[in-house]
Amino acid sequence: MRDETMETLSPLHDEHVALGAALTSFAGWQMPLRYTSDIAEHVAVRTTAGLFDLSHMGEIRIGGPDAAAFLDYALVGNLSALRFQGARYTMICAEDGGVVDDLIVYRDEQDAFLVVANASNHEVVLDELRQRAARFADVTVEDRSPQTALIAVQGPKALEILRATDGLDETGGDIGESKYYACLPATFQGEPVLVARTGYTGEDGFEFFLDAARAPALWRAFLAAGADHGLVPAGLSARDSLRLEAGMPLYGNELDRSTTPQDAGLGRVVKLDKVTADGGPLPFVGRAALEARDAATPTKVLVGLEGLGRRAARHGYPVTLPDGSPVGVVTSGAPSPTLGHPVAMAYVTPEVGAPGTELAVDVRGRLEPVRVVPLPFYRRAR
Amino acid sequence: MSTDLPIDLHYTVEHEWLQDGSPSTIGITAVAADALGDIVYLELPAVGAELVAGAVVGEIESTKSVSELFSPVSGTVIEINQSAIDDPSVVNSDPYGAGWLLKVDVTSTGPLLTSDEYAAQSAG
Repeated sequence: MRDETMETLSPLHDEHVALGAALTSFAGWQMPLRYTSDIAEHVAVRTTAGLFDLSHMGEIRIGGPDAAAFLDYALVGNLSALRFQGARYTMICAEDGGVVDDLIVYRDEQDAFLVVANASNHEVVLDELRQRAARFADVTVEDRSPQTALIAVQGPKALEILRATDGLDETGGDIGESKYYACLPATFQGEPVLVARTGYTGEDGFEFFLDAARAPALWRAFLAAGADHGLVPAGLSARDSLRLEAGMPLYGNELDRSTTPQDAGLGRVVKLDKVTADGGPLPFVGRAALEARDAATPTKVLVGLEGLGRRAARHGYPVTLPDGSPVGVVTSGAPSPTLGHPVAMAYVTPEVGAPGTELAVDVRGRLEPVRVVPLPFYRRAR
Repeated sequence: MSTDLPIDLHYTVEHEWLQDGSPSTIGITAVAADALGDIVYLELPAVGAELVAGAVVGEIESTKSVSELFSPVSGTVIEINQSAIDDPSVVNSDPYGAGWLLKVDVTSTGPLLTSDEYAAQSAG
């Protein structure tokens, strides 16, 4: 029996209950796991659209004249180079190079940024950012999570639904004209909404940040507008299988404090070429360790595994050679609704990481054959 | 969530149901099917297999998780539900009917619950 009274409820909790959602505990929140069927919700996002409540995510506002310089120091990316109304996938690392969290940073104002952290790391990221801000004279770090709701519409019909939604006005410009990884101000019933063309599903889609009190009205407006476009509410279960097919890492699975961005195949987010005004290497937290990791021979590599049988590899299962000798561990795995066979991501020794390599996974005591394949498993047609 | 339990069945704490007969029929409850989510794969014992009450005899896999199937009885498997193996979604849609799993010639049973007892323990 878990004590559910201590869990945080989403501002959309009553909507989920009214829709009959199965709720689950996630990072201290009670969130929808599924509304009807995991597979139906997954398929809707791939073919029409899904509506997600992501209000558990952490929103942290970074402001002040030193905001960009602070983020260049605190994060591994080059955020001062992020254009106004752009978005960037990045990470915050520890001094030893281990990943504290993966983040999306929006430059929604010229001199202010919105940092979106995973729910499970929200407090840790907030603490780290506050500590790292101490050396800057003029930067503010403000937790906006309690008053902020986040709703996502994801899927090929997302743009049509956005445009059909009553009360939603693109006052800041046409997001449909923006590239992926952009954000624009808009209004819903006259109140501000930040619309971002970002997501975690492998499909085109949009994320909407707004005041928590306005969230239920926007949620219902989307459902009403989406009814003719195949929009269905989708839970965390579909979100997980969608991001897995899209080869996107999940913190706690592919990423953790003992993993560097390079280990996860995401070395591109580490901007070792960041420079100071005089052209020297720009110091940032984790720099020395990440430089060393860049120069070192990798000890593990993140790969995709395609299951050749029907039993799916799951998080934590051993990866082996066909003869059973251990070569790694599964980080995420599930039957892929889109592909019709099991898929998994795993860390393996680099010698067996080449696509085409035949391996096995110990699935509850029995070896199941798998093959290394390139990530992602699924890429949308453009 | 389906919560209406057929009263003529026996249940186990591991969320199987058993219908007396010659042979008897075994399946999993709606509680178990709902908790798993969309079932995509069933691994069932072969016809002729000897079951031991309380032992793991198969697996039920969904997109989200996997669960072991425990036999509520000892006996011999007479028939397995091939149509459920071919399309496991029937276990979600009709767990007490078309989504049955095994027919077994029962020699003895393990600990069983009435529908009221099962409802009480699975409500927690």
